[in-house]
Amino acid sequence: MPPISFTVNGKRETVNVTPDTPLLWVLRDTLGLTGTKFGCGIAQCGACTVHLDGVATRTCVLPVSAVAGKRVTTIEGLSKNRAHAVQRAWIAEDVPQCGYCQSGQIMAAAALLAKNPHPSDADIDATMTNICRCGTYQRIRAAIHRAAQGA
Amino acid sequence: MSAAQINRREFLEAAGVAGAGFVIGFHLPAGGRNGARAAAAPFAPNAWLRIGADESVVVVVDRSEMGQGVTTSLPMLLAEELEADWSKIRIESAPADKAYINPMFGMQGTGGSTSVRAAFTPLRKAGAAAREMLVSAAAETWGVDKAACRAEKGAVIHTPSNRRLSFGTLAAKAATVPLPHDVPLKDPKDWKILGTRVKRLDSPAKVDGSAVFGIDVKAPGLLVAVVARSPVFGGKVQSFDAAKAKAVPGVKQVVQISSGVAVVADGYWSAKKGRDALTVTWDEGPTASASSATISQLFGQRAEQAGAVARHDGDAQAALPGAAAKLDAAYELPFLAHATMEPMNCTAHVRADGVDIWAPTQFQTGAQGLGAGIGGVPPEKVKVHTTYLGGGFGRRFELDFIKEALEASKATGVPVKVIWSREDDTRNAQYRPACYHRLQAGLDASGQPVAWAHRVVAPSIMARVFPDTVKNGLDEEAVEGGVGMPYAVPNVHVDYVLTDTGIPVGFWRSVNNSYNAFVVESFIDELAHAAKKDPYEYRRDLLGKAPRHLGALNLAASKAGWGTPLPAGRSRGIAVYKAFDSYVAEVAEVSVGSDGAPRVHRVVCAVDCGPVVNPDIVEAQMQSAIVYGLTAALWGEITIDKGRVQQSNFHDYRMLRLAEMPVVEVHIVPSSDAQGGVGEPGTPPIAPAVCNALFALTGKRIRKLPIGRIA
Repeated sequence: MPPISFTVNGKRETVNVTPDTPLLWVLRDTLGLTGTKFGCGIAQCGACTVHLDGVATRTCVLPVSAVAGKRVTTIEGLSKNRAHAVQRAWIAEDVPQCGYCQSGQIMAAAALLAKNPHPSDADIDATMTNICRCGTYQRIRAAIHRAAQGA
Repeated sequence: MSAAQINRREFLEAAGVAGAGFVIGFHLPAGGRNGARAAAAPFAPNAWLRIGADESVVVVVDRSEMGQGVTTSLPMLLAEELEADWSKIRIESAPADKAYINPMFGMQGTGGSTSVRAAFTPLRKAGAAAREMLVSAAAETWGVDKAACRAEKGAVIHTPSNRRLSFGTLAAKAATVPLPHDVPLKDPKDWKILGTRVKRLDSPAKVDGSAVFGIDVKAPGLLVAVVARSPVFGGKVQSFDAAKAKAVPGVKQVVQISSGVAVVADGYWSAKKGRDALTVTWDEGPTASASSATISQLFGQRAEQAGAVARHDGDAQAALPGAAAKLDAAYELPFLAHATMEPMNCTAHVRADGVDIWAPTQFQTGAQGLGAGIGGVPPEKVKVHTTYLGGGFGRRFELDFIKEALEASKATGVPVKVIWSREDDTRNAQYRPACYHRLQAGLDASGQPVAWAHRVVAPSIMARVFPDTVKNGLDEEAVEGGVGMPYAVPNVHVDYVLTDTGIPVGFWRSVNNSYNAFVVESFIDELAHAAKKDPYEYRRDLLGKAPRHLGALNLAASKAGWGTPLPAGRSRGIAVYKAFDSYVAEVAEVSVGSDGAPRVHRVVCAVDCGPVVNPDIVEAQMQSAIVYGLTAALWGEITIDKGRVQQSNFHDYRMLRLAEMPVVEVHIVPSSDAQGGVGEPGTPPIAPAVCNALFALTGKRIRKLPIGRIA
């Protein structure tokens, strides 16, 4: 197994794992970054969303070999001290209930706002496809609008 | 689970640990059993509170946080009476301990929408007693009359001199003050924290990835197990060949456990690949012939026979033949899976000297008993570390995933985390019971109901979990809400035909209320239609002796603008239902797309849950419960073929997503009546409210869930 190198939250990492191992499990089991969650394993729910070269990406089906040389940002690296506008908005709206899906929701929302600083409801509908079983959707929508205003 | 006390011996027998020498009753040292931390906190007057010299105020939360907000609402109760500085409150999860038994269960567990109700008085009393001790300590320090001192925002103030001592400064001295008894509680009008929109204490950890869920637990030398289980419920391992599994890089051991074969590896991915490479021959057992069609057929047959009588007012069978109009309908509902976002998992370390369990569990007493039984140690040697739960909904009241981790650790001798795939989770659950209902009613010439008969044909959760509670074929929980049918009808008969299907059934958010609400609130709508009455007014006129139902109904109707015009192609439906001692009415606004897919645009919800601790959490729980029930009503269906669950993951067990989310408005009925729960009661009314709205729109009565597409 040749080592695979990439950047995680600004830090160069080199891992020795089977190349088909999904990035999710490399982050969680190899690198100990457990903020990114396992929900379905088939890229349906989005709990495993990170930024790959700035783009929201579901990592449960992404082999780590495809990440070589790329830049990964996880929830742990989104900001220092929860300073990102999306995180501040999430706290202001008290979005999380069980909280399990929220890392993925926040990473999806942060990527959306990076590309589209003032998304419409329709933009949010089209982009925010992550599943939340607690049904926090109404507050997610409100928090994205709040973050767009600078949170 | 109902608020009914469940006999502990009955539980222990059900959980298979009665012979394990399970004893509850060890002493809890003041301040919790963690001696080191207790010592660092000089003031720990009860099991829930520790105040440190550093001004830290730690509230030990003895219910599982699964999204319902207990790590905020329970500290609010204590902090109110303590007069704590809310910004100083820190939370800690309680260990399994007698001190933390849920008084509504007689065991340490979270469910039945009991958390706030059960803690409402004890936690306020605990805070009040601690406050009095701090005030006494300050008065003694100053040599002043205690009556001249007051507590405020984390300090005691001597009112005449305005001298001030912080709780941290007073902690050591307060610990020497005798525990006062019967300290009066504050008048609700003086509440500063309770009843306000306090921000959740768990939000910060849940927006930066630092919150630790069960699946995130780390321990030195930890291995991960993925288990091959029988594809058919009740099946057993006949033989297995581990050669290919062991050839997968990272796989360490393959061990047989009671639920199947566990592949233990250095991480999830290796373990899962190992599990997929395993060859297992199963003895599938008798359930291998079960299918949804045969179960439905069985229900239909069983509905022909009389059941155990659950309610009998007057004589419905005698009144029916003479009624001016007669209604007769059958309703059918499917099995449902919980689909918590965090798949089932548990970490256990079984050693000769004790057991550690790290689990996203709703049932600490059960986990501890199981750990003692499997570990062969006394319960006090079993430490249960409750993590955050990535959703619970009743699924995590079960112990199956805990048992697997304990057995896998025992077999391998190392700490093991069992992780279920989503497919494992969907296919190996304890489902909301599928069921069949026969409803009959008679109306007089003016449309007033004269008779109501409801036969419930369903598997019994209690027969599996607490069999001794089922008496003479009657599971009182199975008919909950059917028996509680609130409308004024002189002749009512409700009976229950307990019908096992071989498919395990369990507690699913709002439990059996989820089906009885659909049936009762749909059928009363049928009566209103037959009586040519407005469905809201018809209900209202029959709820004269049910004031809290009526209050919620009226508020929801008024806030929804019941009777006011809607855009073309839209209609409203209404339902009201009592569950877990709270009363919830919902009005749904719906349309149907050109493809026949129903769309819910708006839900107006009114809830009477008695005194409110945190209105923001009540609102969030209503929104959440509505999404949960709506998802099931629209698409939720676990079907069986050859004894196997046919669904596997979110592509075929569909979840509501943001774009499909209705606008949900929540209105709280001001109430000082008996307190009810809020985690579950929002779920039952949504399916009938939506189906009643679809009837108003299309004229098609939906008597079978899920709704799917409207033809």
